[in-house]
Amino acid sequence: MESYWLTGLTFLPLLGALFVLLQNDERSTWRAATVLSLIPLAISIYLLIRFDPHNPGYQFVEQYQWIPQFGISYHLGMDGISLFLVVLTTLLISLSLIYSGGGDIGYRPREFCFFMLVLETGLLGALLAVDLFMFYVFWELMLIPMYFLIGIWGHGRRIYAAFKFILFTMLGSILMLVAILYLVHLAHLQTGVISFDLPALYAVRLTTSQARWLFAGFAIAFAVKVPMWPIHTWLPDAHTEAPTAGSVILAGVMLKMGTYGFIRFAIPLFPAIAIEATPLFMTLAVIGILYGAMVAMVQPDLKRLVAYSSVSHLGFVMLGIFALDPQGVDGAIYQMLNHGISTGALFLLVGMIYLRRHTREISEFGGLWHRIPIFAAIFMFVMLSSIGLPGLNGFVGEFLIMLGAYLKLRVAVVFAVFGIVLGALYMLYAYERVMFGPITKAVNETLNDLNWREIGVMIPLIALMLFMGLYPRPLLTRIEPSVNAMLARVKTAQARLDTAPRPANLAALTLKVRTDRR
Amino acid sequence: MKPFNLAAIGFAWLPLCPLITVAVAAIIVLLVGVRVRDEESEGLGALTLALLAVAFMFALGMLGHRGISFAGAISLDNFAAFFELVILLSAAMVVLMSIEYVPALGLSAAEYYSLILFSTLGMMLMATGGDLIVIFLGFEVMSIGVYVLAGFLRRSCKSNEASLKYFLLGAFSTAFLLYGIALVYGATGTIKLGPIRAALSGPMANNPLLLGGVGLMLIGFAFKIAAVPFHMWTPDAYEGAPTPVTAFMAVGIKIGAFAGFMRIFMVHLGPVSIHWSWVLWVIAALSMTVGNLVALVQRNIKRMLAYSAIAHAGYVLVAMTAAGSQAGGAMIYYLLGYAFTNLGAFAVVIALERHGVEGDLITDYRGLATRHPVLAAAMALFMLSLTGIPPLAGFVGKFYIFSAALNAGLVWLVIIAVLNSVVAAYYYIAVIVAMYMQEGGAELGSLNTRPALIAALTVAAIATVLIGIYPEPYMAGALHAFNSAFGATLPRMALRLP
Repeated sequence: MESYWLTGLTFLPLLGALFVLLQNDERSTWRAATVLSLIPLAISIYLLIRFDPHNPGYQFVEQYQWIPQFGISYHLGMDGISLFLVVLTTLLISLSLIYSGGGDIGYRPREFCFFMLVLETGLLGALLAVDLFMFYVFWELMLIPMYFLIGIWGHGRRIYAAFKFILFTMLGSILMLVAILYLVHLAHLQTGVISFDLPALYAVRLTTSQARWLFAGFAIAFAVKVPMWPIHTWLPDAHTEAPTAGSVILAGVMLKMGTYGFIRFAIPLFPAIAIEATPLFMTLAVIGILYGAMVAMVQPDLKRLVAYSSVSHLGFVMLGIFALDPQGVDGAIYQMLNHGISTGALFLLVGMIYLRRHTREISEFGGLWHRIPIFAAIFMFVMLSSIGLPGLNGFVGEFLIMLGAYLKLRVAVVFAVFGIVLGALYMLYAYERVMFGPITKAVNETLNDLNWREIGVMIPLIALMLFMGLYPRPLLTRIEPSVNAMLARVKTAQARLDTAPRPANLAALTLKVRTDRR
Repeated sequence: MKPFNLAAIGFAWLPLCPLITVAVAAIIVLLVGVRVRDEESEGLGALTLALLAVAFMFALGMLGHRGISFAGAISLDNFAAFFELVILLSAAMVVLMSIEYVPALGLSAAEYYSLILFSTLGMMLMATGGDLIVIFLGFEVMSIGVYVLAGFLRRSCKSNEASLKYFLLGAFSTAFLLYGIALVYGATGTIKLGPIRAALSGPMANNPLLLGGVGLMLIGFAFKIAAVPFHMWTPDAYEGAPTPVTAFMAVGIKIGAFAGFMRIFMVHLGPVSIHWSWVLWVIAALSMTVGNLVALVQRNIKRMLAYSAIAHAGYVLVAMTAAGSQAGGAMIYYLLGYAFTNLGAFAVVIALERHGVEGDLITDYRGLATRHPVLAAAMALFMLSLTGIPPLAGFVGKFYIFSAALNAGLVWLVIIAVLNSVVAAYYYIAVIVAMYMQEGGAELGSLNTRPALIAALTVAAIATVLIGIYPEPYMAGALHAFNSAFGATLPRMALRLP
């Protein structure tokens, strides 16, 4: 079954990026970039239609030798876990490019489009790679264009934000490189075959302490990207200073790379340690939920508020993942998509108002409802989706996560629920201050409502919010089989832990030592 | 182009062909140069390139042959051939960068190119030498040429300082090396590498005379590869020397010295590695850490690249500590990638320098992306490769080295190395920040009048990307070069350091 769909999907944006560099006037640059970003979108939708929902394994697989003496192969595949994230990526890139063409990017548009398309290749490659070396290559590759996007087209303290972003993420990911290399080394010792292929590495037998260290290597890299509290501090800066399109991609797709990494790599490779670390990660997730929400509440800057809300929302995703049961993980993946759509839309809206007023201070606004009702109405809709109103997409994901996590650790859910309440609170409170009341600032009297381009960008997102809120079944049926396959590994590990004669964890060990002494 | 068929010449002379070519080339260039005015020295540069190409063909002809000639003084193996090829390529790149630089600064071209060729000869001798004296000879020929080259801007104080400093400290290191050789000779009674190795397997292994000699030799080499704590000369010498010479120092000398270092230590002193590998562990950790940390605060790009070169020597030493054939392959591959990346970076530095006006500060790079987008993009590429961002050559090299070191159990050293690469990211990326995200900086004339420099830049950029994206043939070549030469003799290392 030879097919080149995934290669095409991954590398067409890169070719497009090179093509964009050849354009020499601004109009043709934007047009070329937009059209070129629609091609991968079309491919991903085509693959979505052709995707076989009953097959839990990788589909559209391509595998070739790349560096044979290291067992590195060019291995791409797509399963239910990555399928919708791929579509989300191509969609958000297209929408951001369409939006940015409307005046958001004032200078050097050619380079901007170039970096956006390179970024798309990095993101798609990381989502589709089945080989760990390849995954790492794309994982690092996507940092660079994002770094340029923040550093060149950002606002205010953009250079500081870009530096912080790249150093935090590099520190995490370089430790993952060591973990990958060590894991492969252990596999090599056991089987005599060097391979960076993910399925081959499942078979490695590890001692508990080896597995703990390796899991830590992976988990830190992913946790920085998610970002989990307390290593989230790069995110508010990067989000706030990035240009609108950068924030959309950063929040919409890039953060998901962290959670995706947990589901794809960290947990299935080291299921026993994932089980052991569940309380830790659930605690951190809940802290993140509450902390993000509370800090968001006091932000004077609209964009920063949305940024902190991401910390809170990603906390929910982590909670769902570490529930380690089908509802939780399905919900987490669903919530990843929701967050991408809702927060992406919120960042776009904040960008639109910033373009008109050149400020994002909440106190600068007030009474906008009277002046720009379409903007206010769309904002209301998107905000409700972000809060998790039943009937819209956010609710489905959060509900599933709660359900899954409740079975695992009740107390975590008890606290997480407060996060939902706080989420409604800060969003509505901000909305009230921006939209309602009398118009207090004279400049706000002259604002223009959204133009057709901006409305056009929002319509697909709004449609998705409604669809995913009302009819989640087609998505969940595709996500489920792959998640179950992944969780089967966790179950086996759990069973092994339960029946293991030796103490499974440190607490039991110390207990045993004490009894021995007595 | 086909490699020359050398079988007809006779086996003993085979490994000498590239060396003789370069030596003769140096003399030809010197003689022809007498008739060439310094302002019109482009032709002389082209002649040098052509002669290097001849030597390159001879070196290609050496590939696949194996043996020793002149009673073991010269060794013929793929290791030597591969290193000679890399050294010749680096020398050719340096000549390309110099073609417009030399007349612009009014340097005396004949001596300049001739000295470059002589030092190249020294480097190649270090790669092919089969006994300690020949390697020492290479060491000296290489160094003396560069001592003079570093001081070639004779009206510049900094250049004089560079030359003097490099000469004084270099003379010290030579003395260390020679003294070490003498002690090893005293202990084993031979200067030939093979017999030394054979002698070590007996009770000789703990002989204090021998160990003293090994230690002194190690210091000598550590000087030349600029490893901490023997790195003090590096920043000043790099800063003051004419920039193409700096590139030559950063790439050529390092590769030549590593060739000799690897042949003597990894292979022939392998049986006593228990005595020196922990020293390398410490030197590697120190070089990476000190190099990277001090590079953070540099404002001059040449000094920054000097400290970065120190750090990169540290990365290569990580693999050397690991020992074994995989590590050997990793070192050769890393040096190859490092050569092109670094040469490219220096080519950009040369492009930005203007006669009379310094262009060496990182602040001079501000706004380069708007004024010269292609040049800025090339520099960004080299900086990212030095940082180790995939899929560029620098990343794959690091990957290879770390993987070899982990296989040898050097987990902590690898962790030190990776943390260092994050530190390094800071200062490499600072150059990108200046170019892309800040405004200002000095105006720079048109580049179109400097085709040779552009050619060098293009080659370096293409190689940096190509070696990274499709590393398979180069990795295989590097590994084969090491394995076919030494694979059988390598000790199985059972080293387990923290």
